[in-house]
Amino acid sequence: MTITKLLASTAVGAAIAFGSVAAQAADLTVVSWGGAYTKSQVEAYHKPFIAKTGTNIRSEDYNGGIAEIKAQVEAGNVTWDIVDVELSDAIRACDEGLLETIDHSTLPAGADGTPATSDFLEGTLYDCAVANIVWSTIFAYDKSKMADGPKTMGDFFNLQKFPGKRGLRKGAKVNLEFALIADGVAASDVYDVLSTPAGVDRAFAKLDTIKSEVVWWEAGAQPPQMLADGEVAITTAYNGRIFNAVAGEGKPFEIVWDGQIWDLDLWVIPKGAQNKATAFEFLNFSTATEQLAAQASYISYGPARKSSGPLVGKYHNKDIDMGPQMPTNPANLTNAVQSNFEFWADNADQLNERFNAWLAK
Amino acid sequence: MTDATLSTTGAAAPLLAADGTPLKEKLARTTRRMKMRALLLTLPLVLFLILSFVLPIGQMLYRSFNNPTGSNVMPNFAQAIKNWDANQGIPSDDLVEIFVKDMASAKKNREVGKTIGNLATRVNYEIPGSRSLFTKTARRAGKITEGPYFEALVKIDKRWDNPNVWRTLQRVTNDFTLSFYLAATDRKYDSSGAIIMADELYQIYLPILWKTIWLSALITFLCFIIAYPVSYLLSTLPLATSNLLMILVLLPFWTSLLVRTSAWIAMLQKSGIINNVLVYLDIIADESRIQMIYNITGTVVAMVHILLPFLILPLYSVMKTIPPSFMRAARSMGASNTYAFTRVYFPQTIPGIAAGTLLVFILAIGYYITPALVGGSDGLLISNLIADHIKKTLNWSLGAALGTILLVVVLLFYWIYNKLVGVDNLKFG
Repeated sequence: MTITKLLASTAVGAAIAFGSVAAQAADLTVVSWGGAYTKSQVEAYHKPFIAKTGTNIRSEDYNGGIAEIKAQVEAGNVTWDIVDVELSDAIRACDEGLLETIDHSTLPAGADGTPATSDFLEGTLYDCAVANIVWSTIFAYDKSKMADGPKTMGDFFNLQKFPGKRGLRKGAKVNLEFALIADGVAASDVYDVLSTPAGVDRAFAKLDTIKSEVVWWEAGAQPPQMLADGEVAITTAYNGRIFNAVAGEGKPFEIVWDGQIWDLDLWVIPKGAQNKATAFEFLNFSTATEQLAAQASYISYGPARKSSGPLVGKYHNKDIDMGPQMPTNPANLTNAVQSNFEFWADNADQLNERFNAWLAK
Repeated sequence: MTDATLSTTGAAAPLLAADGTPLKEKLARTTRRMKMRALLLTLPLVLFLILSFVLPIGQMLYRSFNNPTGSNVMPNFAQAIKNWDANQGIPSDDLVEIFVKDMASAKKNREVGKTIGNLATRVNYEIPGSRSLFTKTARRAGKITEGPYFEALVKIDKRWDNPNVWRTLQRVTNDFTLSFYLAATDRKYDSSGAIIMADELYQIYLPILWKTIWLSALITFLCFIIAYPVSYLLSTLPLATSNLLMILVLLPFWTSLLVRTSAWIAMLQKSGIINNVLVYLDIIADESRIQMIYNITGTVVAMVHILLPFLILPLYSVMKTIPPSFMRAARSMGASNTYAFTRVYFPQTIPGIAAGTLLVFILAIGYYITPALVGGSDGLLISNLIADHIKKTLNWSLGAALGTILLVVVLLFYWIYNKLVGVDNLKFG
């Protein structure tokens, strides 16, 4: 074991040696997903935090997953202080002992005085992670090219009525849920059906009907670009990316909320982070009522605190009400699914294998 | 006469050097010192190779069959279940007691690599969907204080009643395993412990490996078809023209890989340059633009372009050394153009072809950025799967097993190549 550890550290040693030279100047390294999303965090979290504490923040981008956290923790040289991750990754990293545990009682109370543990939405606080936003995978189309556009998940899979290429994220997650919803499964039953072999077959059979027309995307920035280029007619995407293309760049895209699958982004602190104390300070600061509400004026992701809801106003430089743009807006939740992290923690490996085999055929 | 006397005395009493030591010994010592010095000079390179090449590859090989998770997380249970006879189906309550106690203490452990989550992930590779069985049971294991332990486990989750779970646990807690190689070749253990093929719907690694091999072969062949005439031109044209041509070959070679790949996207996509020109010239209608990217065509086009210089350069440098007078001589002796080419010119270029095609093939078989960007759903090659397991699923052992298989395949091709062409015949210039 020690030999393996030694080897692991030499393997990542070089990369980290280069990284740490740059990291030394910063008092805190915050890692997030880049693009419009990181920008919203810089505006709502980083800038006020710098103003308040004088901390020197270094913002780094990554593409999700826990590979880097694992490598850093195993090599014993953790340069990332606080990381924005998806729920299934947070749970898995926590289970494998890669993260610091977080005491929920130290989180600040809501602006209205509600203690944090009841102010946060249900299922947003975990042993090693605190949620900041609710985001969603939806589908969108260009309404300048499609006047009478699709309305339901079924329409997304209807090539006769809405011809044209479809954009989907490469991977089993989300796509199997979408396929079942389109095939008539009620949103609340999706994971029950998907837990049976017949349900998985059914989802793949539904995906088969559009397979020849699908263009697969991997990074969140791709789908708005593919829509703009006309490479696809309809695409799944993260709702904030489409919203920013509409509000920020004036693109004529329309979001369809039917069958949306919402999920959480959470802050985690890798075990042994170099600036652990500052990381906790930043965690408490950024998940306070005002900061979460402020972020929502830069991107259409819903704050994880109930007390932030009433404070959500308009887009930061345009007269657009942010409320209706949120995944958590009641009108958008009529036929919605919360991504089931336990299902995916159990089945992701197997289903992705099948997905890859299906894709290669 | 004096000479003869000298040599006879030399044979009897050894020749001495100036300091009195025998000349033979002195010579040996000097040669040894010279050899040591030469060796010392190569030391930095040797160290570099060991650190950056031998160690990582050795570690990869080791990881592909090393399986420490079970005994790290549950040391007592791993020891106890070793001699258990799996045909009993369900283990004795003594064994289950050790299991429950180990689980309860593992639950408290937050040390990296020794948590219950590590074991849950490991078993989940063998029995998909069993991850929650372990995390859930671990949460409650501390509350089980007295027997019968087995019934207590079944009460938490009835899946513990399945003999296959225990048989798998015995396999998983073993320090060495073949599981990752089985998974990498689309095989698995069935419930009786025999090795069978995975369900057809889940077979992915072998088909992708074959696809990678034939795609690399196709790309190598296309590169050869294109590179041969270009190299010929380069080596025979007057210097000014051939220099210009050489720059045209080298310029893309010096450009970043990502830039070149994105350039192909801009060229080939539906709203791209080629389609636009075709539509503008009324050769195709606006609504029937050709799909040239995000499929096999896109992958082949982009990869042939990217790998072409690796074939042109060795070919060129070999062709440059063939005197033009050889061809003239052949023709003057009555050979037709074709005959002179096939019997005189072509055989002399074989070392360059051999070196270039081998280089291109080996590069192509391990490529993954370009196919991932321009290949669409057909762009999945074996290296993408390896990268996936290293970066996304974190199943490093399976990634290592796949990497080892790829290494063996490349060595195998090298061996066949050596039989056919002979490594001594390789010539890079």
